[in-house]
Amino acid sequence: MARPHGTPVDHFPFTFVIAAAGPFPSSTHNIAYNSFGDPCRSLGVNIGFKRTTMSAIEILDLEKSYQVGFWRKREKVALRPLRLTIQEGEVFGFLGPNGAGKTTTLKLLMGLVFPTGGSARILGMEMDDPRVKSQIGFLPEQPYFYDHLTARELLNYYGQLSGVAAKLRTARVEDMLERVGLMESANVQLRKFSKGMLQRVGLAQAILHDPKLVFLDEPMSGLDPMGRREVRDLIQQLRHEGKTVFFSTHILSDAEALCDRVGVIHQGELRGVGAVVELTSQAQGKIEIIFCAQAVPAGLTQLGAEARVSGDMVNAVLPEKQQDAALEVLRRERLKLISLTPVRKSLEEYYIQNMRPMEGPKEENRKGVGV
Amino acid sequence: MNAGRADARIGFIAFNTFREAVRDRVLYNLIAFALLMSGAAILVGEISIDIERLVVVNLGLTAVSIFGVVIAIFIGIGLVSKEIDKRTLYTVLSRPVRRWEFVVGKFFGLTGTLVVNTLFMAIGVLLALLYTAHKFEKMDEWVLVALYFIVLQFFIVCALALFFSSFSTPLMSAVFTFALFIIGSLAEDLRGFARMSHGVGGMLATAIGYLVPNFSALNVISQVAHGDPVAGRLILYNTLYAVFYSAMVIAGAVLIFQHRNLK
Ligand SMILES: Nc1ncnc2c1ncn2[C@@H]1O[C@H](COP(=O)(O)OP(=O)(O)OP(=O)(O)O)[C@@H](O)[C@H]1O
Ligand SMILES: [Mg+2]
Repeated sequence: MARPHGTPVDHFPFTFVIAAAGPFPSSTHNIAYNSFGDPCRSLGVNIGFKRTTMSAIEILDLEKSYQVGFWRKREKVALRPLRLTIQEGEVFGFLGPNGAGKTTTLKLLMGLVFPTGGSARILGMEMDDPRVKSQIGFLPEQPYFYDHLTARELLNYYGQLSGVAAKLRTARVEDMLERVGLMESANVQLRKFSKGMLQRVGLAQAILHDPKLVFLDEPMSGLDPMGRREVRDLIQQLRHEGKTVFFSTHILSDAEALCDRVGVIHQGELRGVGAVVELTSQAQGKIEIIFCAQAVPAGLTQLGAEARVSGDMVNAVLPEKQQDAALEVLRRERLKLISLTPVRKSLEEYYIQNMRPMEGPKEENRKGVGV
Repeated sequence: MNAGRADARIGFIAFNTFREAVRDRVLYNLIAFALLMSGAAILVGEISIDIERLVVVNLGLTAVSIFGVVIAIFIGIGLVSKEIDKRTLYTVLSRPVRRWEFVVGKFFGLTGTLVVNTLFMAIGVLLALLYTAHKFEKMDEWVLVALYFIVLQFFIVCALALFFSSFSTPLMSAVFTFALFIIGSLAEDLRGFARMSHGVGGMLATAIGYLVPNFSALNVISQVAHGDPVAGRLILYNTLYAVFYSAMVIAGAVLIFQHRNLK
């Protein structure tokens, strides 16, 4: 860990700041060498140190309740105070059942409805800052557009509204039509479009102006299997272009395949956030091994394995700490190992578990929050 | 990428509104109007020589006004509420478009539609006039002034329809706007009545008389039908009045719309 004394510190502004701030000259070097970031932060010195990851979205206790009922007004809480940070370049999946508050969150961030409390910053600016809008794209759920326009006209119009320069616009529009596979129907009025075609137009308009941050509300809904695949590819492409993607979905496998992190929301409340692996591998510390054999070796049963024979294969689940011992048993018996995998909860299990009513041990349910 | 300019965006929104009206075949009414005018001209041509100009101008300008008001209300009441209902606004307002720009753009799109519409109808009226009188006279220029006033009326009607559309249903908006059009057309009478009455009733009549849009001052149809000139001062006053009144109404629409939660 400790570097040899005298090695030049490669981050110049860093050393400079420390040296300048240090009231204890003799220890200056040590601080700089030992750990590269921490002492600096604890000293509150951050000058000249550019953070590599900035948060794209910072949601600070954003909440929304609606007044419902005409005569006797009741409060309908659509979103409880939500605190969530999404880093730049991240693909974030927002999961939750119908009526959970996903769309509400997106509408709040887009300024389509106004929060009853809290605030949010997008790309470092207050969410109602007009400058934010030229750098974000939004696909609403079940999008609907001016149906007197053709796909090409609509995209051109949105390009105009987004301030895309006229010279760039035509090429950009054609590019998008191509990208979402609508070249053939580019000159058809949108009133004649199918649901899936509208969804494609919706995607095209969301990325038309090359935004840094894209919000997609159920981007896969209404699409055929090919279409879903294309949207997945599109989101991957966006990731490679370094864009931040925030999307809501019901399709867990999509979230699992695409997202760096997911958040699970239920009844307006965030139930958990984290990388998919983190959420799902809060495994019970078990592994699953599959190997070729006609019967379960006695050695394994002694290790506490629950095994099942199917054909000439055995599937055994046992505690993780017995892994080496189990492999030793297989080696001894000269059995062919096929696979060894840590037992993970599927995202679906995690999801279902979080959908339970919020009573009982709250802490456990909240595991993963703030990761 | 620059965020563009507000006036450019308003222009784009206005043009799109106009384009929508054209594609929704709103201008088809012009065919009905053309038929009406040519039919009237031929009929009137059969009657006596002296009153045919009077009849053609009266009928023609009244028809222009009614057609225009109906179209203004018909389109105007849905301008904002329809976009909220159909959620076409979502993808507009998630762009660098501020809400006031949207409202103002819609207003200009609608008035633009009406101006174009009126232009065609005016040509119809003038052709009918030419058909019956065989030539234009000096006093026909007052017909143009009357047409100009009608367009000013449309501005106010558009603003009102848009205003109601920003917080109520299309049906209610239509009722409110039309009611205001009727009351406004009687504004002079209302003010006259207010001058003669006293007490609470008088104050109420005064308030209403001055608050509602004064469409009667903008109506010089029968005057120009008789060939009487329109005072230059009235042209100036009416212009200022219409611009000021529509601006206030639009400002009200913006204030309401600014704080609305979209459904
Ligand atoms: N305008 C409104 N008035 C009253 N309640 C509303 C309104 N909009 C949303 N809600 C309520 O807020 C809650 C969250 O709705 P939201 O649309 O955010 O859910 P969602 O997670 O997007 O669901 P879905 O997966 O079905 O799209 C729901 O209970 C809904 O009834
Ligand atoms: Mg939703």
